[in-house]
Amino acid sequence: MDLSSIDPILLIAALIVAATPILLAAIGELVVEKAGVLNLGVEGMMITGAICGFAVAVETQNPALGFIGAALGGAALSLIFGFLTQYLLSNQVATGLALTLFGLGISALIGQAYIGVKPPITADLDIPLLSDVPVIGPILFQHNLMVYLSLGIVAGVWYLLKYTRVGLVLRAVGENHDAAHALGYKVVRIRMLAIAFGGACAGLGGAYLSLIRVPQWTEGMTAGAGWIALAIVVFASWKPWRVLLGAYLFGGITVLQLNLQAAGLKIPVEYLSMSPYLITILVLVIMSADRSRAALNAPAALGRPFHASS
Amino acid sequence: MTAPLLSIENVTKAYPGVVANSDVSFEITPGEVHALLGENGAGKSTLVKMIYGLVRPDSGAMRLNGGPFAPPTPNAARQAGIAMVFQHFSLFEALDVAENVALGMENPPRPRDLARRIREVSETYGLPLDPARRVGDLSAGERQRVEIIRCLLQDPKLLIMDEPTSVLTPQEVDILFQTLRKLSAEGTAILYISHKLEEIRALCDAATILRRGEVVATCDPREKSARELAELMVGATLAVPNRGGAVPGDVRLEVSGLTVAPANRFGTGLRDVAFEVRRGEVFGVGGVAGNGQEDLLAALSGEITAAPEAIRLDGVAVGHLGPNKRRSLGILAAPEERLGHAAAPDMSLIENALLTGEIREGLGRRGFLNWPAARRFADRIIEGFDVRTPGPAHAARSLSGGNLQKFVIGREILQRPDVLIVNQPTWGVDAAAAAAIRQALLNLAIEGAAIVVISQDLDEILEISDRFAALNEGRLTPPRPTQGLTMEEIGLMMGGAHDMEVAHVAE
Repeated sequence: MDLSSIDPILLIAALIVAATPILLAAIGELVVEKAGVLNLGVEGMMITGAICGFAVAVETQNPALGFIGAALGGAALSLIFGFLTQYLLSNQVATGLALTLFGLGISALIGQAYIGVKPPITADLDIPLLSDVPVIGPILFQHNLMVYLSLGIVAGVWYLLKYTRVGLVLRAVGENHDAAHALGYKVVRIRMLAIAFGGACAGLGGAYLSLIRVPQWTEGMTAGAGWIALAIVVFASWKPWRVLLGAYLFGGITVLQLNLQAAGLKIPVEYLSMSPYLITILVLVIMSADRSRAALNAPAALGRPFHASS
Repeated sequence: MTAPLLSIENVTKAYPGVVANSDVSFEITPGEVHALLGENGAGKSTLVKMIYGLVRPDSGAMRLNGGPFAPPTPNAARQAGIAMVFQHFSLFEALDVAENVALGMENPPRPRDLARRIREVSETYGLPLDPARRVGDLSAGERQRVEIIRCLLQDPKLLIMDEPTSVLTPQEVDILFQTLRKLSAEGTAILYISHKLEEIRALCDAATILRRGEVVATCDPREKSARELAELMVGATLAVPNRGGAVPGDVRLEVSGLTVAPANRFGTGLRDVAFEVRRGEVFGVGGVAGNGQEDLLAALSGEITAAPEAIRLDGVAVGHLGPNKRRSLGILAAPEERLGHAAAPDMSLIENALLTGEIREGLGRRGFLNWPAARRFADRIIEGFDVRTPGPAHAARSLSGGNLQKFVIGREILQRPDVLIVNQPTWGVDAAAAAAIRQALLNLAIEGAAIVVISQDLDEILEISDRFAALNEGRLTPPRPTQGLTMEEIGLMMGGAHDMEVAHVAE
């Protein structure tokens, strides 16, 4: 075994790439859940975003348009969920699970023509001066725009929830929809917007996989990333910065175990492959071990249907 | 006579199957404290929701300061100067006081200014509050202060209060009334909804009484007796409960050193509770909501088990037994929450009768159910307690609160308990049904049962119980005979006013 073949700088740079899709999906889901909606369809919205983004990018040969297409695709799928759960009051858990299955199916259908096609390359930003700084440069300043956008979204969501009236109203709706309604806030409209935002973020995450990380289209390529994003939101106690930590931890261990496999570590591959899932959940469980405080942070109306009776 | 602030003119609102308001008219002048009286389902809530913009009338008109007034949303109503304190608090437990206040305002100032203004208003009106505290940690009285301050910060012209005193101690009620009188002296009109008649007589200048959606009387409540008002509300004369004057016999239920952990995160648990109830005695347990009432019921019914010696029935230790074992011994209970705890909402009345009656009424044998017997038992309850329902096969959910409560209490009484524990037996029940339930409890005591009545309605406890004790953060005060007990003494037993001060009326 040769551990010296692992370059720590490349490892950190790679973990950011590996973590970004999950980060995007998770931060979107965080907003949805803060509004009191449990959308289990993240996996389906991610893979729909992956194929929509891939198809648009290939057809237009423009990765930026591809990402926009991915966001729209994910949002469109999430709005189906929103319509069913918010207006027709269907069960959120069942509808979310159905959305995942539907997303996997429709993405395979759209993707038939794109198997084996190469997408246009998304250029890395090469920030002058900063990217030449040793160690920090390659880690922080030689990524593509989506990495910085995902970090911007996390910071934006944190600021929005904590300091703005929009965020306060969103949290209020997720906390007690009956009281929010009695005060005159449009519960359903706010939730629909949150759901669409969550869908768009999941779509972006999916497109990051198909256009940058892999970059190729294969059926079922999200491989459970949406589920890990859902788990991260819960174990991060609905806190944006902890979502970032969880996603990067997951990405980091994913990359590390790949490197360890390549270095020929004498542990069966199956154990290495399951390690990111196990370790991420474990760390976040320990962080949220204080049950009473973690429970306080959970949106009280999460998953409960709202019907304005009066 | 000053010009009216708000006038309601011939307002009608119908829902499918029921007319909530029919041709309702009344007026409120600036500075007036106007009571809206009526039983549950008389249409008070619907009327208030129309004024607050949550519901629109089918016909009729409202006028504010002479101009037409038809708020399409609560925001519009708030902008017009109407504020409302809700019956079930419309607060967000996970958010702090300032955030809760900001959510109820149209244009909240910046957080720092808002915190300062909350402190100013709370001091002016004698309602101390820390803007940074999380609402989930506050007592019921403090939560109500949050709602009131949220309203006051908008300088309302009309303040609507929906059953504001149901969760307060008598001292807290006094302070609330002083705040309201100060507001009224400043020219704010108050629409006060309640069915506590003595309070209305003490506070209000005028009263509009609703029955089945119609105005049946407009009067000055200070010139009527509580009894006259009640009979206007109900539309019938009310029977005074008959105490029978049974002499308490041997000790049936003996509780000593009962300590249990809270059943849920917001519970308080019980600490070293001790009391005894004799044959033929009604023991009243008062206290502000959330001081361990639910834990006490659960510990006595067997939902929470305790040390065997903590609870004794006729001298036999039963503290470690579960609900079914205790039922077979003769301890029965009727919990507070009708839908979900006392009855399964989507199951029929027959099934609900069977759920607690199986053991004592012999409705099952070797795991098989005797449906004909269960139906007969349900029919007996319905007949004996005047439960208004199309039939025993209907779901518990379809009954009105009062009828379901009569069913739940009747179901336990017909099982001939030796000890019956009831929590809030007449909560949300109309006056006629409440009187029937109280009489049934008293009759049971006369027949020799020991009865524990846990209630937040002090008038009810004083009316039917022989001895009284109060729960305060899970501890029970030493019991005292009800006869000769004054409201002040009861208030002190309940823990008095939680750090409240009297409004600075001089300012």
